Amino acid sequence: MTIKLMQGNEACVEGALRAGMRFYAGYPITPSTEIAEIASVELPKYGGKFIQMEDEISGMAAAIGASLTGIKSMTATSGPGFSLKQENLGFAIIGEIPCVVVNVQRGGPSTGLPTAPSQGDIMQARWGTHGDHSIIALYPNSVREIYDTTIRAFNLAEKYRTPVILLLDEIIGHMREKIEIPDDSEIEIINRKKPTCSPKEYKAYKVKDGDMVPEMAPFGSGYRFHVTGLVHGETGFPAGSDKSESLLNRLIRKIEDNVDDICTYDEYMLEDADTAIVSFGCTSRSAIAAIKNLRKEGYKIGMFRPITIWPSPEKKLIELSKKVNRIVVVEMNAGQYFLEVDRIAGKNTQVEKYGRLNGEIITPDEIISVIKEGHNA
Amino acid sequence: MPSNIVKKYYRSNTLPHIWCHGCGNGIVTRCIVKAIDALGLDKNDVCVVSGIGCSSRASGYLDFNTLHTTHGRALAFATGVKLANPKLHVIVITGDGDSSAIGGNHLIHACRRNIDITTIVFNNNIYGMTGGQYSPTTPTGEKGTTAPYGNIDPNFDLCSLAKAAGASYVARGTAYGAVQLQKLIENGLKNKGFSFIEAITACPTYYGRKNKKGSVVNMMELVRDSAVVNNAWEKLSDEQKQGKFIVGEFYNEPRPEYTEQYDKIIAQYRKEGGL
Repeated sequence: MTIKLMQGNEACVEGALRAGMRFYAGYPITPSTEIAEIASVELPKYGGKFIQMEDEISGMAAAIGASLTGIKSMTATSGPGFSLKQENLGFAIIGEIPCVVVNVQRGGPSTGLPTAPSQGDIMQARWGTHGDHSIIALYPNSVREIYDTTIRAFNLAEKYRTPVILLLDEIIGHMREKIEIPDDSEIEIINRKKPTCSPKEYKAYKVKDGDMVPEMAPFGSGYRFHVTGLVHGETGFPAGSDKSESLLNRLIRKIEDNVDDICTYDEYMLEDADTAIVSFGCTSRSAIAAIKNLRKEGYKIGMFRPITIWPSPEKKLIELSKKVNRIVVVEMNAGQYFLEVDRIAGKNTQVEKYGRLNGEIITPDEIISVIKEGHNA
Repeated sequence: MPSNIVKKYYRSNTLPHIWCHGCGNGIVTRCIVKAIDALGLDKNDVCVVSGIGCSSRASGYLDFNTLHTTHGRALAFATGVKLANPKLHVIVITGDGDSSAIGGNHLIHACRRNIDITTIVFNNNIYGMTGGQYSPTTPTGEKGTTAPYGNIDPNFDLCSLAKAAGASYVARGTAYGAVQLQKLIENGLKNKGFSFIEAITACPTYYGRKNKKGSVVNMMELVRDSAVVNNAWEKLSDEQKQGKFIVGEFYNEPRPEYTEQYDKIIAQYRKEGGL
């Protein structure tokens, strides 16, 4: 075990390298730029490749192209760039190309608040690209958790053959903390399944019985196949609308049916709680401080923190809604995840929102006031 | 009966193709395949990347590693493929709108990097897939469904653009001059760097009908008669040059190739025991 002082964005690259990232393509944007800078320094040391592309769109495209050769790839950006990546994010979803897309959130819309934090891309992570789809989006809240969650993002991308979104925010991306780098024995690395059949028998999008994820051959390995953004059959070639329903349902189900495997969360002081805060990323750090203080005053309060934001941890939220009489969703936006929590928990308990849009972190004192104001003793 | 070229390099189960009668895309595609065959490239080592549009459907018909991407982005995907695995011979198939309108930025930067990708632009002067809108290569004054009164945009000279942006091999051929076009593609594939080949082709269905260019045969003859070889061009008066274009090799100056330059960085900085 090694102990290091590390910045969040740096931990993201270190975790990615540990997961096996050997290709990075991106474009400079605040507050994610350190990820590109550090990747450019480190990748050649591992025999990997870094490229600064001409724009955000091509950063996403090149990451997908690299992944098709069998290499783990990543791109990182912030709000305006995340908007531009949506086109090819959809391509990675329908083409089932594993890759990791990091979004270090800043204030929006548009250029917004380039150097200030925000959690305004929660819904863009879910529905940013057009058409029906499911998505995996993870959101850690500490430097160590960024390291671990980045590894997990690669693992999930490889396991489910899908792009995985790693949400950070300006605060946790730029925050420095002491972290313990885990030993190899503590880390699981997952690689995509490769075909076991001969090239002649290979159908690029055929799934085996009981499985929902096709095996993936790299370009150049003798398995010649076709990848398209068009609706396709199991051979990968464009197909008519009759194939659309089964393809899209499989792409959705391979994620939604595996929620228990994909979803991770943190429960903080919820054992005896009658009030729960739902929070994530930088805001959850303030919530922890608020809860500690409120506990001293006798409040029975805790926090449910989804680390997997999408798909949402529906079962756990239902469980929580039956246990507490009040849920306050605290997030640095106008109430995005609130919509999801209210949809799931609203029929069983009171769900409120608290947010802000000025680029300044929600403080523990503010959270304490919100909890006290609505508290029915 | 399909020819040996078709049997060897086409995915017969994806044929017939979607192109209209008289479209030149099939000829250009065949020129690419014949160039690959002439150079004896292994099918497993060839990756064909395309964008969106009529020409970009070619990738699905060809038995290589094939990637049919999003509109304008073929070169961006191809850059990722090539840099990640430089052993692959990466060929990009794109159209005039795909490469120079929505994908224009990717084109100039791929040229600038001189990354070893051979790009063939099927230039039919129109957006065919969407039904005949004017493109950046529709000649000024000509019509499209979105230029009903005549196109007022000046049109791009794609070869001049590619050369100025830094491509190390630049050439233009036509679907009529298939033998020459195949040779130009062969030379492009041989160039270790970014090769840009513009293939002038005809769209009788949309461009032809909208601009009253006559039959399929008339349009092919028009391509033939408009193409002037390099050394004959200088002898033409400005008036004679109207509506004509030069064909042949314009530029062939090798310079450092992108993936090779990157490999030098790896060779210098790779850690002991690195992967």
